[in-house]
Amino acid sequence: MSKYFKAKTVDNFSLNKHFSLLNLSPLSDIDIPQPGQFYMLQAGDTCDPLLKRPFSIFRYEDNLLSFLYRIRGKGTLSLSRLKSGDIINVIGPLGNSYPVPDGDFIALAGGIGIASLLPLLDRFKNRAYLFYGARNKEELVMIDAAKGISKETFITTDDGSEGKKGLITDSLIDFLNPSRITHHASRIYACGPTPMLKELHRIIKSQIQNPKSQIIECYVSMEEHMACGVGACLGCVVKVRGQETVDSSQKWIYKRVCKEGPVFDIKDIIWE
Amino acid sequence: MGITPNSELRTPNLSVDIAGLKLKNPVMTASGTFGYGEEYSEFLDLSMLGAIVVKGLSITPRQGNPTPRIVETPAGMLNAIGLQNIGVETFIKEKLPFLKQFKTPVIANFFGDSIDEYIHAAEVLSNAEGVHALEMNISCPNKQAGWIVFGTDPKTMEQVVTAVRKATKLPLIVKLSPNVTDIGLMAKVAENAGADAVSLINTITGMVVDVKKRRPVLANNTGGLSGPAVRPIAVRMVWEVYKVVKIPIIGMGGIMNANDALEFLIAGARAVAVGTANFVNPTATIEITEGLKRFLKEEGLSDINEIIGSLKVGS
Repeated sequence: MSKYFKAKTVDNFSLNKHFSLLNLSPLSDIDIPQPGQFYMLQAGDTCDPLLKRPFSIFRYEDNLLSFLYRIRGKGTLSLSRLKSGDIINVIGPLGNSYPVPDGDFIALAGGIGIASLLPLLDRFKNRAYLFYGARNKEELVMIDAAKGISKETFITTDDGSEGKKGLITDSLIDFLNPSRITHHASRIYACGPTPMLKELHRIIKSQIQNPKSQIIECYVSMEEHMACGVGACLGCVVKVRGQETVDSSQKWIYKRVCKEGPVFDIKDIIWE
Repeated sequence: MGITPNSELRTPNLSVDIAGLKLKNPVMTASGTFGYGEEYSEFLDLSMLGAIVVKGLSITPRQGNPTPRIVETPAGMLNAIGLQNIGVETFIKEKLPFLKQFKTPVIANFFGDSIDEYIHAAEVLSNAEGVHALEMNISCPNKQAGWIVFGTDPKTMEQVVTAVRKATKLPLIVKLSPNVTDIGLMAKVAENAGADAVSLINTITGMVVDVKKRRPVLANNTGGLSGPAVRPIAVRMVWEVYKVVKIPIIGMGGIMNANDALEFLIAGARAVAVGTANFVNPTATIEITEGLKRFLKEEGLSDINEIIGSLKVGS
């Protein structure tokens, strides 16, 4: 089984003004993707855009690979022009995956971050307290699908057009308040914009210091500019604490989002 | 059951000789685009490569630059990785044993901040069993000489190549920087200083600006441009160098397919290196080798060496 394979476009359609869904049928045997893993995709072998772009696996069902994406630049624009029957080259599944949750867990999604977390919610049905925030109602995508497989769902939008008005991390703080605990989740999984992850890191630090808190672990999926996706170009690094530092005076090393990640323990990341 | 013409039965010879190093085909990987080989070993059989050129090594490990380190450009990409690497010792201990299992020569790319660092790295790598040749990256600044880039000043380059030549008996390839006025002159300097071969081009310095932030996109401000966008420049430079040196040339710069590789070979390169294309297509090197074989058959040629330097100019 090769991680570099051809796949046929089954369909590729807009879900709303912002998001689209691409379904690919692999033309050879492939490795089964795990929640949190990603693929490098590109619409045809073009010189411009030249590089493939990383996309989280959103769904894998009946040997169909599904990707949720948002048109943001040249790469996703050309991807949006793929038509049924078009054959493209795909690399994946790549990277590590979310560790298997023990019992109930919390999933924190910011915007398109839901794409990476949905396979986890789906694999462990009705065990997630889902916190899902977006700018507005239109940018909350796949909300019904996510609700249907979560134990409980908390929604916020920046403008209040759906759910509570405000930041999703504020809803999480309320939920984690040790004096009002109604859940048994000890782990948080998160994917979303960097400001959200930074705030989550701050929340986790205070949770860990609080003896009454039951949160003990938090895993985040990271994003960086990426060229190869397989660990060769060293473009997508993040600063990580750890023992394996290059020399003893260094308190951190760079790890590759594509290879050692994209999922990292939030405590290991150096947030700047 | 027809009769197959003879030319289709013969498999053309693809092997080339670079300074005594026999390559089974002229297609190698470009340093920095293929990791230490193992990153791509799940995609292709490394034994099928002409040579593996590993990520640039220094005497001590390097953390590299902050991010963003890469940005895509029209038909290319800019990178400013900052020469992040594990250092020569760790390479020899942890990466080289894996590479020894393949029937492919390993070319260790290396660099330094000073002539002493170059010498030291060359010595350590030369003593390691399983390193078949050295490729010097001279596109680094010299901290002992006001941070002049070794490869853009003929005198500094001559000094460093002469010094490394004395430190190794392995075939020595000097990787030329394109950020110079006269690449032919630089190649000549390398040849006279004892280089066994030259490889070119390294990346071309460039910059991309984020207009909203009024800032460069890369954390390092500038980066090295690679990909199809640089190819015509690279082909021209190979041709210019071919006219003035006798040592073999390894051509590279935006090679995506066999046709691109042939441009370099015809312009005078005896081998080619595939770089950015690996990122897009992990099996690009193998497909290019197959394509070269096909081209030779189609042209009725029995040996790749007949192509090398076959460029016709004028009437």
